[in-house]
Amino acid sequence: MLRFILTRVSLVIPTFLGITLLAFFLIRLVPGDPIETLAGERGIDPARHEQLRKEYGFDQPILVQYGIYLARVLQGDLGKSMITQEPVLSEFSELFPATIELAVCAILFALLIGLPAGMLAAIRRNSIFDHGVMGISLTGYSMPIFWWGLILILLFSVQFDLTPVSGRIDVLYYIEPITGFLLIDTLLSEEEGAFWSAVRHLILPTIVLGTVPLAVIARMTRSAMLEVLGEDYIRTAKAKGLSRFRIIALHALRNALIPVVTVIGLQVGVLFTGAILTETIFSWPGVGKWLIDAIFRRDYPVLQGGALLLGIVVMSVNLLVDLTYGLINPRIRHHR
Amino acid sequence: MTAETMEAPPAAAHTATPPHPLREFWGYFSANHGAVAGLVIIIAVVLVALLADVLAPHSPYVTNTTIALQPPFWQEGGSIAYPLGTDPIGRDILSRLIYGARLSLLIGIVVVAISIVIGTVLGLVAGFFRGLTEIFIMRLMDIILTLPSLLLAIVIVAVLGPGLMNSMLAVALVILPHYVRLARAAVITETSKDYVTAARVSGAGTARLMFREVLPNCTAPLIVQASLGISTAILDAAALGFLGLGAQPPSPEWGTMLADAREFVLRAWWVVTFPGLAILITVLAFNLLGDGLRDALDPKLKR
Amino acid sequence: MALLEIENLSVEFPTQGGVMRAVDGVSLTLDEGEVLGVVGESGSGKSVTMLAVMGLIPFPGRVKADKLTFNGRDLLTMSESERRKLTGKDVAMIFQEPTTSLNPSFTIGFQLAETLRLHEGMDRKAARRRAIELLEQVGIPSAESRLSAFPHQLSGGMNQRVMIAMAIACNPKLLIADEPTTALDVTIQAQILDLLMTLQKERNMALVMITHNMGVVAETARRVMVMYAGQIMEERSAADLFDSPQHPYTAALLAALPERSEGATRLATIPGVVPGLYDRPRGCLFSPRCAYATEHSRNVRPDLRPWAGGQIRCHYPLGDPNRNAEIQADHPVGAEAAS
Repeated sequence: MLRFILTRVSLVIPTFLGITLLAFFLIRLVPGDPIETLAGERGIDPARHEQLRKEYGFDQPILVQYGIYLARVLQGDLGKSMITQEPVLSEFSELFPATIELAVCAILFALLIGLPAGMLAAIRRNSIFDHGVMGISLTGYSMPIFWWGLILILLFSVQFDLTPVSGRIDVLYYIEPITGFLLIDTLLSEEEGAFWSAVRHLILPTIVLGTVPLAVIARMTRSAMLEVLGEDYIRTAKAKGLSRFRIIALHALRNALIPVVTVIGLQVGVLFTGAILTETIFSWPGVGKWLIDAIFRRDYPVLQGGALLLGIVVMSVNLLVDLTYGLINPRIRHHR
Repeated sequence: MTAETMEAPPAAAHTATPPHPLREFWGYFSANHGAVAGLVIIIAVVLVALLADVLAPHSPYVTNTTIALQPPFWQEGGSIAYPLGTDPIGRDILSRLIYGARLSLLIGIVVVAISIVIGTVLGLVAGFFRGLTEIFIMRLMDIILTLPSLLLAIVIVAVLGPGLMNSMLAVALVILPHYVRLARAAVITETSKDYVTAARVSGAGTARLMFREVLPNCTAPLIVQASLGISTAILDAAALGFLGLGAQPPSPEWGTMLADAREFVLRAWWVVTFPGLAILITVLAFNLLGDGLRDALDPKLKR
Repeated sequence: MALLEIENLSVEFPTQGGVMRAVDGVSLTLDEGEVLGVVGESGSGKSVTMLAVMGLIPFPGRVKADKLTFNGRDLLTMSESERRKLTGKDVAMIFQEPTTSLNPSFTIGFQLAETLRLHEGMDRKAARRRAIELLEQVGIPSAESRLSAFPHQLSGGMNQRVMIAMAIACNPKLLIADEPTTALDVTIQAQILDLLMTLQKERNMALVMITHNMGVVAETARRVMVMYAGQIMEERSAADLFDSPQHPYTAALLAALPERSEGATRLATIPGVVPGLYDRPRGCLFSPRCAYATEHSRNVRPDLRPWAGGQIRCHYPLGDPNRNAEIQADHPVGAEAAS
């Protein structure tokens, strides 16, 4: 078991090095003086310029420069924002809970609907229900979610006035951040109505961000289920005289979940992509909006550090999924 | 395909004959109503794009503030001269959508063409030369796949500078790994087959093997991936446009149109609704086509 | 009383190119404690016939029969839940690929106990005890510790033993073994066959042994049914069949056995292939490959009829004294008759 975990963790190292290498080179492509860009300061005097030049190793070979950068990253030093002069890492960790809260809600939403829909579609293969689920999920998969967000605002906020248009909570509440997750913090604060305000603000962004994963999960569950239902051991289960329900809910689902978990893991990347768009539409104060704002403010250290951190997060989640995969699939666990 | 025809049973005592491979393909494809619908929509969009100059009632660029934010013709205050209404600076939305079709198709095709050419070459090289070359190429592709696609595209465009050209390059890079993997996998399975060994024994060089023998045998998955790739490209390029990083105003690119319209969502639903609908329908059509092609070409699913 | 009675059973699968008839007019009776060998090439419908008996024909396959009874009960009119109480309890089946036939996500113990708890109403403890007993009966060493093993941790032979344990768990009256040894090593094959035969004798259960291996039939079965392209070609006692085959197809199958071609320089083979969906002959299904085919047999399909203590589907059974004259009269086209 330990060997299995260590093998999987060691496989991530080249990817990590690759991402840092990418971040390292990309920032050097930015037009303008790279030292000013890296330091997050503009118009610095020559003495400081020279000092920074040494610090970043610009007088040394490119490999040494990368080594210096990597050492800094490993120590958690990702530079500081040009605008706020705050360290990139602390800004990121301040905003990240908002993104996680949204992402978790979205994936739960997607699972809650996508799994049962995919299963039912597989069981009733080629029925009207099946065609309906597949049609809707392909539409969801093709959805430009930035437009989908606007349309939902148009319907629910403008037409029916049901949900708020932007932000995480009504301005009249001030919630002391304890966990950073508003759903928890509002409950802890005991401020009346704050929790529901947070929930109401979450609804539309959750739907928007959950749409594509929902479509993917429904399609994947269906095809995994169909494949499993054709396996020999399902025939054995039938030959044992088990009930249809038990065969599907136990023997088939347990095996069909294995590829579905993998897909959910891969959806984390898609989720962060979607978060960038969703947060922009709903002015959701998370890392996605922060990154886009950084682009328009030409805050390159934030862009470099933020993208690197998001990459690392996605990589870590993929690793976690890989490990879980080993846990629920005994074949993998024992073979490596 | 040739194997199938060769295995056809002797002509004696038939009650039915097995269908020709192409006819069989069309049989599977046309049985899939979604795929046919996708194909029809795509043909329609292509026609609209080609005939934009004839079809569009107005110029997509000429502004006229006196008719700003006119609703579609069926609503009060709308007129048939501007069937889908006008945008905040008085441009005809229908005409902009029609010209936008050109851009979206152009984006889809150019992006996928770049990706296929570079991706196939990299994949073939990785599959044929193995060793360090393969490790280097495939690791790089893994890294690109690990990163959220739009995030990577955004970072690239942010560094290179916003614009249609740069956003197309960024999207092309982001979808590159799929083609590399496909081509490499095809090479590895195909090279172990007898006909490649036969060609090798009869003295065919590596380059000849790569392009003459192996490539034609992985065209089916490539075609499927290309169709799906076009939809991703259109979607991602529109997202970049929406974020202000893709095509720049006054370009009638659909995503960019949405970015312009965002602040009017509370006042004029039509400026927001139609461009997005155009993206959705086009992307959906390519996905339907891709799904249908895959089902028709993938022998594993045939029953 | 006959345990299993089948009359004119057919199984059809609709496909894109038309209806595929996998089983065509099969009639058969099986007594309690009897061992029947079902022989045929792959695609001959031997497995599908037995799957139909089990009620395991997947959608959209259709099962039709004039009569299909087990232990005096009509399987055709029985409700689905009634039938489920029979399958796995009174009729059990084991399959060709033991390792893929067991669910990879559950332990051996769980899969064994599941059957016991369902059909025998045992509680967890009793089922566990019985599961250990069963594993010991099928010759699995250190049975108790194997309960927590997953199928992929055991060898194919071990997994087939587990499958057998599962099948006999509720003392079935009929056990159907679908190529139980084909996927196993040669050394293991004999062990599994021995095990099956021992269990059959101990419990006096009826056993249907589906196989394409004539040797396996010779070792196990008392009666043999030979199938070809979904139809029964010949069905007789094993001794008679091996001694004097009546159908040209059976004769050809036997001639192809290595032990029967001693002294010959080449192994005998049957020319041609089993007809597919698109080239089903109008007449006798075996006629395109038959050495004794005639104009008549190519155009008119023979019926399944009683013959020499069994059944046969042939115009010119080998034991028929008038066959040469009949073949000559019907314009022979087969290779042997012409020479």
